Amino acid sequence: MVGPKSAASSASSSSSANALQTLWKAYNDTTSPRLKFIDAFLVFLMLSGVVQFVYCSLVTNFPFNAFLAGFGSCVGQFVLTASLRSQVNPQNRSEFKDVSPERAFADFALGSIVLHFFVYNFLG
Amino acid sequence: MAVAYSIPSDVSPATVANTRSLLRIIALALISGAAIASRLFAVINFESIIHEFDPWFNYRATRVLASEGFYEFWNWFDPTAWYPLGRVVGGTIYPGLMATSGVIYNVLHALHLPVDIRNICVLLAPGFSALTAWSTYMFTKELKDESAGLLAAAFIGIVPGYISRSVAGSYDNEAIAIFLLMFTFFCWIKALKIGSAFFGALAALFYFYMVAAWGGYAFITNMIPLHSLALILMGRFSSRLYVAYSSWYAIGTLSSMQVPFVGFQPVRTSEHMAALGVFGLLQIIAFAELVRAHLSSKQFQNLLYASVIGMGVLGTAAIIGLTYKGWIAPWTGRFYSLWDTGYAKIHIPIIASVSEHQPTAWPSFFMDLHSLVFLFPAGVVMCFRQLRDEHVFVIIYAVVASYFAGVMVRLMLTLTPVVCVAAAIAFSSLLDTYIEPTEPDVVEEDSGKATADETASSGSSTAVSASPSTAKKVKKSGTAPGGSAVTAAITAAKKGDTARGVFGLDTRLIVLLNAVGMLIFFVLHCTWVTSTAYSSPSVVLASQNPDGSQHIIDDFREAYYWLRQNTPEDSVVMSWWDYGYQIAGMANRPTLVDNNTWNNTHIATVGKAMSSSEEVAYPILRKHDVDYVLIIFGGLIGYSGDDINKFLWMVRIAQGVWPDEIQEPNYFTPKGEYRVDEMASQTMKNSLMYKMSYYRFPELFGTNQAVDRVRGQQIPKAGTTLDYLDEAFTSENWIVRIFQVKKEDILGRDLKTASAFEQGKKRKRTKPPVRRKAVV
Repeated sequence: MVGPKSAASSASSSSSANALQTLWKAYNDTTSPRLKFIDAFLVFLMLSGVVQFVYCSLVTNFPFNAFLAGFGSCVGQFVLTASLRSQVNPQNRSEFKDVSPERAFADFALGSIVLHFFVYNFLG
Repeated sequence: MAVAYSIPSDVSPATVANTRSLLRIIALALISGAAIASRLFAVINFESIIHEFDPWFNYRATRVLASEGFYEFWNWFDPTAWYPLGRVVGGTIYPGLMATSGVIYNVLHALHLPVDIRNICVLLAPGFSALTAWSTYMFTKELKDESAGLLAAAFIGIVPGYISRSVAGSYDNEAIAIFLLMFTFFCWIKALKIGSAFFGALAALFYFYMVAAWGGYAFITNMIPLHSLALILMGRFSSRLYVAYSSWYAIGTLSSMQVPFVGFQPVRTSEHMAALGVFGLLQIIAFAELVRAHLSSKQFQNLLYASVIGMGVLGTAAIIGLTYKGWIAPWTGRFYSLWDTGYAKIHIPIIASVSEHQPTAWPSFFMDLHSLVFLFPAGVVMCFRQLRDEHVFVIIYAVVASYFAGVMVRLMLTLTPVVCVAAAIAFSSLLDTYIEPTEPDVVEEDSGKATADETASSGSSTAVSASPSTAKKVKKSGTAPGGSAVTAAITAAKKGDTARGVFGLDTRLIVLLNAVGMLIFFVLHCTWVTSTAYSSPSVVLASQNPDGSQHIIDDFREAYYWLRQNTPEDSVVMSWWDYGYQIAGMANRPTLVDNNTWNNTHIATVGKAMSSSEEVAYPILRKHDVDYVLIIFGGLIGYSGDDINKFLWMVRIAQGVWPDEIQEPNYFTPKGEYRVDEMASQTMKNSLMYKMSYYRFPELFGTNQAVDRVRGQQIPKAGTTLDYLDEAFTSENWIVRIFQVKKEDILGRDLKTASAFEQGKKRKRTKPPVRRKAVV
């Protein structure tokens, strides 16, 4: 769901350079600016999560609840945003008949608020 | 189009819709009324009290919450439980039940309805059963239609399998848990259906409430991932599944960790790893789907699928590896014993000793579910016929819950909702088929079933009698005009296909009367089972006098109130763990062990004290500051759940910790029998439990032979003597006996010698006196 330059696809492709270029081009051509904006946020969230995880595994996990809250907020926000992305994606219109883009955004906002309420409660 | 009976066609759609919703509201109100009313047998027959053992603790905790506020309750350290150790209550309970009652209490008081907290606790379960009926209605509505939903609500409102855990006075976690279970499932189904993050978040919130309320939340934690995994494997992955599952898992997991008793378990234990694994798998699949949308090469797509499967396998291997390395805790004994059914009996006798943890017998399925038990498979099969995403859920739920209910009596409770739902689906399909008035025609035409559903739920007895004249038998069109025989056969076969249906009123009436009769018998059975089997408070025992009047045996409260009023506030009472909560709740005295069996060694200590001789037990009692020992003895009136019958479990649990001091075979006769009469083994006769139980018992019978009514054996006439304990109280029917532990002798003698001296027995002066004193 994230930008296509993740490790998963590069590892899987054998004729990697060429295929990646095609993929990048196809992505750039077909994706609307809105979705690209969402993707940028997703990449940021992923990087933030990775940094926290690396810190936890290299330095300490001592306040484990704080780590879980921070990491959980990244993961949670990531999946909520990814959900929003697939709900507003015009290609998925047929799947989400009952969810208009506005409704999807309201769901996203509500889910994020609930998530962050629990995150702040858990930070301790 | 032929109809079996005519229905008025000139009614406006608005009227029909209004009537339907009115009928629905009335039906739900009546179902709620029935659900509440059928749970009040115990309150009306006896009184409004808390029933079993566990609820007494919940009640006590709720009282703390109501009187001292939420923060005091959250940080409550109870120094009176597990006497020398104490118990951190806030971190060792699921606080959802108490918090619910506390909220209700405060709301009612804010409205100037000063209701006692005890009445709220007693009537919480009936109230929530009405909510359960409603949530089951919502759930079933998603699967079929509203009429099936109403049937399911009616079923779960009165079905004994659920009533057994939610009668008035049964203030246990299950009282609110089943409502939360059904509502979480409803939110999940709804989220999956429309792909909404809102319902996913709602499912997560109710999941959080469920986690706060009941340890059985692990069932949801594994059901939803299982369902998602099944959908993925069936090739039904959709973005809706991604949205629903991700929003549920992300919020639900973080919220479940807020409950102190759960803590970091969702990331550390094996029970929660299925949810995490499916979460990871969904991310990978969703990413792959996205990449696939931008690609065209067939080859490349195959590669992508291979990498997805590879990563799934890799993730599973990672979870297994982490479990082996010890980063993830393996299954706990309670869960593990569900898979390996012989495990508990061998390794953890304390789990096996609870009667609810035994396998279920066939009659109890019928007793708890009546006719639903054979409608249930039919409903599951009907789910297969449609097989939308939510039907897959019901099928998996049915299979999993049936297995668990077969393994453990207690888990019948989680089976009951799905039985009601599936049975309602089956039953309502039957009614749909036989109430629908259209008849198949010989002439092929598309049969519109426009107005059929309106009457389906609203009892069509008036319409049935309307016009029987239209019922017509249809003759087969045997006249194929020449041509080849093959085409005629084909058309006949085609007609046979389309002309399927019910002809005439008589067949309809026969089937419908049968069905209604089954429903009536279901109601009668439920009422009978509820009133006879599940509505007896275990605190008071009821028996029938010869003239039919009721005789109530109230020894438990008699003894507990004696303790409450005649002993110092801080005197420690030792009893077997079953009675720990009741002593703390009713007698308000510190106890050594209680029903929260978190410290096995401490329980084994009590078991050792009960099962060893006085000389051995006395130092144990003194070291734990025990002042009173309370035992339950049913030998006089034939109360079979007494401590002598539980004695072997005490021995086994003590043997698990001190294998060289306590051995189970010593308590049997040489032939291997468990006896209490003359033939009983010497260890048995010397054990503290035996001595306390039969102390002064033979005197009660005068010159006659003393007979133990439970064991049906004759007790030796000589009786037992107690040197280290004094009888302090024995209740009217000898059910509860309380003994006081003697202090050390003032003259420093051994207590045995001291009591021998008082009885006038002279010690022979042949040997120099041995000054032996029990080591304290």
